[in-house]
Amino acid sequence: MSRLQVELPGLKMKNPVMPASGCFGFGQEYAEFYDLNKLGAVAVKAATPETRAGNPTPRVAETESGMLNAIGLQNPGVDHIVKNELPWLEKFHVPILANIAGKTEEDYVEAAKRISRSSNVHAIELNVSCPNVKEGGLQFGSDPGMAAGLTKAVKKVSEVPVYVKLSPNVTNITEMAAAVEAAGADGLSMINTLVGMKIDIRTGRPVLANKTGGLSGPAVKPVAVRMIYEVSQKVSIPIIGMGGIYTAEDVIEFFMAGASAVAVGTANFSDPYACPQIIDDLDELLKEMNVSNISELTGRSWKSWEKSLS
Amino acid sequence: MNKENLTVLSQEKLTSKIFKMKLKGASVKTMLTPGQFVHLKVGERHPVLRRPISICSVEADILTIVYRVEGQGTKLLNQKAAGETVDTLGPLGQGFPLTEESTALLIGGGVGIPPLLYLAEQLYRRGTKVKVILGYRKKEEIFLEEEFQKYGEVIVTTEDGSKGVKGFVTDAIAEAGAYDVFYTCGPKPMLRAVETASSKKGYISLEERMGCGVGACLACVCDKQKPFEGKAYVKACRDGPVFEAGEVIV
Repeated sequence: MSRLQVELPGLKMKNPVMPASGCFGFGQEYAEFYDLNKLGAVAVKAATPETRAGNPTPRVAETESGMLNAIGLQNPGVDHIVKNELPWLEKFHVPILANIAGKTEEDYVEAAKRISRSSNVHAIELNVSCPNVKEGGLQFGSDPGMAAGLTKAVKKVSEVPVYVKLSPNVTNITEMAAAVEAAGADGLSMINTLVGMKIDIRTGRPVLANKTGGLSGPAVKPVAVRMIYEVSQKVSIPIIGMGGIYTAEDVIEFFMAGASAVAVGTANFSDPYACPQIIDDLDELLKEMNVSNISELTGRSWKSWEKSLS
Repeated sequence: MNKENLTVLSQEKLTSKIFKMKLKGASVKTMLTPGQFVHLKVGERHPVLRRPISICSVEADILTIVYRVEGQGTKLLNQKAAGETVDTLGPLGQGFPLTEESTALLIGGGVGIPPLLYLAEQLYRRGTKVKVILGYRKKEEIFLEEEFQKYGEVIVTTEDGSKGVKGFVTDAIAEAGAYDVFYTCGPKPMLRAVETASSKKGYISLEERMGCGVGACLACVCDKQKPFEGKAYVKACRDGPVFEAGEVIV
């Protein structure tokens, strides 16, 4: 087994790095830069049962070491995605984590049913944490009872393992995590973006047409690390960690906090080669650290251990 | 897809906020189409997004860009000295199609002016008659006027009337006389005004706020006037920034 190989429910990954949902489209644009086989997995853009046009522009605003986005789950609808987007990814030997969203429980169930039957979808990710849509999204992600109910309903129809993507915009993320674990979730993705705002001082108005947006990038990394550190001690399902990962060192930090795999989002925009670069650097770094497999590092920040790192 | 650390050759101040920068590298030789842009990385973890800057001119392996120092990103770009490098992605996007028509009217405003210079040069070389209208706020903010004069007749407009025609670029269209096709780049209100003022075929280049620059993030989508094959939007970074006039809602 290589240093980088990890195995999570449904996702047998040659390395622990995947591009995060919403930051990579359905892969076609980045395939012009590198061979997607390099990736551990691909988390594709959120699918809703119906076509969604998303929010008005401006949809992005830059902030200190981060960015706000309010795309609003624009997507061509689950049927179009299953028929036209996912088949293109079949030529790569990379598992797909399919992100789904909706306004109602029925929406999630419908999307899960249809997308989980695609041959190259190995797991689904329930997006209960999008801060940029009026209905659904975050409301499911901020009430443990609703999140658990939704998880249960989706688990019933999904043919593949189900990950729940948690929102940091809650008072107690551990309670949310425990609720969806009890409801049958196979894993967690965390964190989604933090709700934020930027005001244009020349106009005196918010920069984003949606007014608020989700903050991502290096600015949110310490929040993600802390939340993964807390949650991983309370649940026994694996965590896909995300939130401002830019380097191999960041990946190690997320593992030590308690992650079992990671997703890279905003860094893809800074550098389209971010994922392959991190993967190469990570292999080198683990070699230097004398780690035989990266899984050994999961939760090292809070677990008792005998051997110190070299 | 090209990504290269281009070497800075020079920075030159054109007006109080407008700078001309020359960069050198092998990938510049692929920057053949006017209207395309380069996506420049100016920081490591801040700013997180690249800066889309239009191609102003290309000579062999030397790229010229003309940009306005506006926010933190362009300020950092401005601090790059000769000999330093800039992480450059590009060329990106769809540029201006070169017309078969005999007379082209180029209309630019503000930082929408630079990409028209590369276009003017290529049209001129093909034997197309080039007419140019350049819009500025005031005399002190004029740049690139002389460069355009190499390729055709140039009319300058200033909002305060301190030089040329007083008013906006559209106030000078009548003076420019007959033309077969127009090309325009500048702020949206200007593009709208030009589209309304002209009944000829034309191409517009959008200045949209972009994220990834390669078509993945959907930050820069624009609605189409009429959905085509079920698609109601375009991505400015990948499907544009140049569109046929009337194709997208500006």
